[in-house]
Amino acid sequence: MELFVLGLSHKTAPIDVRERLAVPERELPAALEALGEVSELAERMFFTTCNRAEVYGVAEGPLAKAVEATRGSLERYRNLDSAALAGALYTYDGADAARHVFRVASSLDSMVIGEPQILGQVKAAYTAARSQQATGIILNNLLEQAFHVAKRVRTETGIAAAAVSISSVAVELARKIFGDLEGRTVLILGAGEMAELALRHLVDDGVRSILVANRSHDRAVALAEQFQGRAVTFDTFHHEMLDADIVISSTSAPHLILKKEDMQAIILERRHRPIFLIDIANPRDIDPGCNEVDNVYLYNIDDLQSVVSANLKERQREAERAEVIIEREVGVFQAWLRGLDVVPTIVSLRDRVEEIRAAELEKAMARMGDLTPEQRATIASMTTAMMNKILHQPMSELRRRAVHQDGHVYSAVLRRLFGLEEKER
Amino acid sequence: MTIDELFFYLALAAYLVGALHYLLYILKPNQHIGAVATVVTLAGFAAHSLSHVLRIYALQRPPLSSPYESLSFFAWAIVLIYLVIELRYRNRIMGAFVLPLALLAGSGAAALPRRIAELVPTLQGVGLWSHVAMALFGNAAFALTFCAALMYLIQERQLKARHLGRLSFRLPSLELLDDVGFKSILFGFPLLTLALISGSLWAEHARGSFFTWRPREVWSVVSWVIYAGLLYARVSAGWRGKKAALLAILGFCLVLFTFIGVKVFKVGPPL
Repeated sequence: MELFVLGLSHKTAPIDVRERLAVPERELPAALEALGEVSELAERMFFTTCNRAEVYGVAEGPLAKAVEATRGSLERYRNLDSAALAGALYTYDGADAARHVFRVASSLDSMVIGEPQILGQVKAAYTAARSQQATGIILNNLLEQAFHVAKRVRTETGIAAAAVSISSVAVELARKIFGDLEGRTVLILGAGEMAELALRHLVDDGVRSILVANRSHDRAVALAEQFQGRAVTFDTFHHEMLDADIVISSTSAPHLILKKEDMQAIILERRHRPIFLIDIANPRDIDPGCNEVDNVYLYNIDDLQSVVSANLKERQREAERAEVIIEREVGVFQAWLRGLDVVPTIVSLRDRVEEIRAAELEKAMARMGDLTPEQRATIASMTTAMMNKILHQPMSELRRRAVHQDGHVYSAVLRRLFGLEEKER
Repeated sequence: MTIDELFFYLALAAYLVGALHYLLYILKPNQHIGAVATVVTLAGFAAHSLSHVLRIYALQRPPLSSPYESLSFFAWAIVLIYLVIELRYRNRIMGAFVLPLALLAGSGAAALPRRIAELVPTLQGVGLWSHVAMALFGNAAFALTFCAALMYLIQERQLKARHLGRLSFRLPSLELLDDVGFKSILFGFPLLTLALISGSLWAEHARGSFFTWRPREVWSVVSWVIYAGLLYARVSAGWRGKKAALLAILGFCLVLFTFIGVKVFKVGPPL
């Protein structure tokens, strides 16, 4: 009964290989059914995203055979020849397999570390497998613990705290300046695609009042309508800046449309209320000197990009803290798994002794002749008590040892001493 | 050790634990740590309040005359105002700045002699008690302004430099810090004004002159002018931002100098 992971991901396989193994959610039952035919698998679960395809399995019998059979089944199911997956597949077993599953669920193995979708995807795959009774005690426990680990990583490290896309960084910066974005006004200069993307993020975050200015007024009207905003004339946008808290500029103007002197005049008239300028135009629309004006915060596309890279590095640092948590949790899982190892020994030891007790009791009773039911009961309970007392110490010691490395040694010795092996085979 | 001193020490210990947890909370975004910080600080505040009540009961007068008493009251007022802000804004990051300050004031008090001095008759009377209480409460409000301004400067600097460090993730928005800073001046300024008026009335009564050019009086007036200017510029022209934060910090340094400096370096009359 050994745990293993067989799969490929963005780290080992290019997209053209990954897509050949990818299974959309609605086809998961069929994929699980295909795996169900592999008799070397005691438990199985299939998990794919656009960046990975993996089987989590528990081997019935020798591990290598189970892995090989699983791989064959995957190839047959997707009609691949074994050359197609060569070099792309990885296998993990034992503690490494548990570690891998925990890292995947905690989004440490993702392309963008800390991205939040993966946990939901793992949960969906697990639910699908569970509903087909494809999982058992080991995978159930592994996955439940993986969800717990992912939650710990999320709350105890800042792995998902920093924004890692241009638009989400813009929203994060706006929040650092204004706090709540609800009730804020955003002014869009130039109705381009980038502006629309950033606007969508801001609207998702509660910005309700939207002004759009564009050289061609018709496009301004079209974009404004899309977001229930208001189109304003481009020539008077300095005036609109009195009311706007956030300005996103992406015009195709060949020269600066906002100079430092303009900004100084505007900020005075705004009664020094802070303003956030986002210049994503190339060439730039806004005089870089505007950032020197108090209460004005100017970011161009490179500035946003550098925040993105800094945040990615921050996530990397937090990921190292997450690895510590994961290492500890892998230890917990291993201990549980080893505890599981001694369960058959404990059960067969008890069965063996019980068998002897019952046989000897029967013999003794036959020899003793007439006894009252009370006397019979007393003798029977005495034998049970003796058995329990004798077994108590070795069994609790075995349970205690089970979570340590040498648990299997104790288990093996006990089996040999009591001749449990021959009895089973 | 009297019973009120015991509770005072308990409060100090709680402030220490609270301050450490607030600092830890800035480093680790863990709600559990934050909750411990708040609960421990609340408990410290309760113990501190009890110590004041016990002292009032023992002395049969407000505990506002010796340097120990006024510093202890100052620390208590800072914690009180901070707790109100934490509840009001649902943000406990400021605690990492305010609690160490309160702890410092409290430890300063602990280092001072606690014997109960015989009070000269001129140092008694309801007018004088309220003068001291208002001055201390006003100063405590300015301590909050100071912390908010300090945090504002850090956050503003990071945003302007386009370099968002680890601290920036945890600090509140500029808007919130500006609001706390402005409102705490709005709260502290009338108290400082009343304290100055009642102080000069008392001076007239005791020394025969409203204003005697003692350093304490001069520096009090200078800090009053700074806060008045800040308020005026804000209300009339909406003036705010980095320079306003710097002025608020300067104002509090003057307050500290008048309050502690003058006292410690013995450059003024007692009290």
